[in-house]
Amino acid sequence: MTRVSPSAVTDPTSPANLSDEAFTAREERLRTLMLRAQAGDEAAYRVVLTELSVHLRAYYRRRLTRIAGEAEDLVQETLLAIHNQRHTYDRSRPLTAWCYAIARYKLVDFLRRRGRREALTDSIDDDFSQQLSGDESDATDAHRDMQQLLDALPERQRLSVVYVKIEGRSVAETATLTGMSESAVKVNVHRALKALSAKVRGAK
Amino acid sequence: MKTDALIDLLATGAGPAQRHPVARRFGVAVAVGAAGGFAILLLAFGINPALRDFTLLPGFWIKMTFAVVLALSGFVASVRLARPGVAVGNAKWLAVAALTALWVLALVVLADADPGARSQLVFGNSWSVCPFRIALLSAPTFAASIWAMRGLAPTNQRLAGAALGFFSGALGASIYGLHCPELAPPFLAIWYVIGILIPTVVGSVIGRPMLRW
Repeated sequence: MTRVSPSAVTDPTSPANLSDEAFTAREERLRTLMLRAQAGDEAAYRVVLTELSVHLRAYYRRRLTRIAGEAEDLVQETLLAIHNQRHTYDRSRPLTAWCYAIARYKLVDFLRRRGRREALTDSIDDDFSQQLSGDESDATDAHRDMQQLLDALPERQRLSVVYVKIEGRSVAETATLTGMSESAVKVNVHRALKALSAKVRGAK
Repeated sequence: MKTDALIDLLATGAGPAQRHPVARRFGVAVAVGAAGGFAILLLAFGINPALRDFTLLPGFWIKMTFAVVLALSGFVASVRLARPGVAVGNAKWLAVAALTALWVLALVVLADADPGARSQLVFGNSWSVCPFRIALLSAPTFAASIWAMRGLAPTNQRLAGAALGFFSGALGASIYGLHCPELAPPFLAIWYVIGILIPTVVGSVIGRPMLRW
């Protein structure tokens, strides 16, 4: 289910099926970036999320052809989940398998919520690797308005997110501005993103 | 909203990821659960006064090994299922092997026994309370494991709930073994197993609603 080698998958309709070597190289590069991101490298993390979002978009678009408009919402929901759960990535395992498992879980969860199983146009047990083509990066607007969801957060969480995440201030600076302790700021940012993830689910 | 804007939001000031979250959370769960279970044992049932003599009997060690091995397999399964994309793995075979061994031993003991003595081997003196006591002693571990799992990311929540229930039940059985005077394999093969299955079933039922993320 979570095998990494794409050699087992031969889907002629899949765009740009990657060779084993290309896939392994990409996995290795992304994994290295992810390990740096886990250690606190923000730039590496940005690259990881951006690349994963391209794969996720292809993955969801392929599987939700009848409700394609939902794909970008799911991409965003999954990115939030990846961020909130990034501590569960085990460095000794392939990043692709971890990401694929989350993508698949979010897809199943979405379909279960919607009760729209007939929208499933392809086996969800397909290999994630064939989604790595990433040639569909246009139109990255989702339906929901993240700003509105942010506005609905409790004040302390909202302020922490706005200062740290949107205005890019440091945690120390935010602590001074809001009168919270630094650890309270961190906790509030963390809780806000968890709450956002729950709101995104509930908004469906 | 544009996805790029969300990525920006997530990456900005992200800081390092928490290290060893699985070990940390399940470490707490085991410590809290075992301490809680042991406290209930002391308050509600007490340690078997004959425990010192029991340690000379192979039956006691068979019982304890059985319970501890099941707890170990449940723990490994829970820890694995806490991460996306990791399957139960070989932990389940450990549980299957321990259960099979106990059941075979129980059948051999029964076949070997006097027909008149069989009922005592199966029911002992405490069959009607044993499963519920094990379930009670598993409760602290169960609650703590649910807490641990909720901070992680199980993608198969029903199975993850069952695994942590199984772990809690087996740990509860290990603790109850310090009170319980029953040593007959047929008794253990039925009533201990039912006791462990109670939290397992509860876990599989509440897994999906409790462990979603």
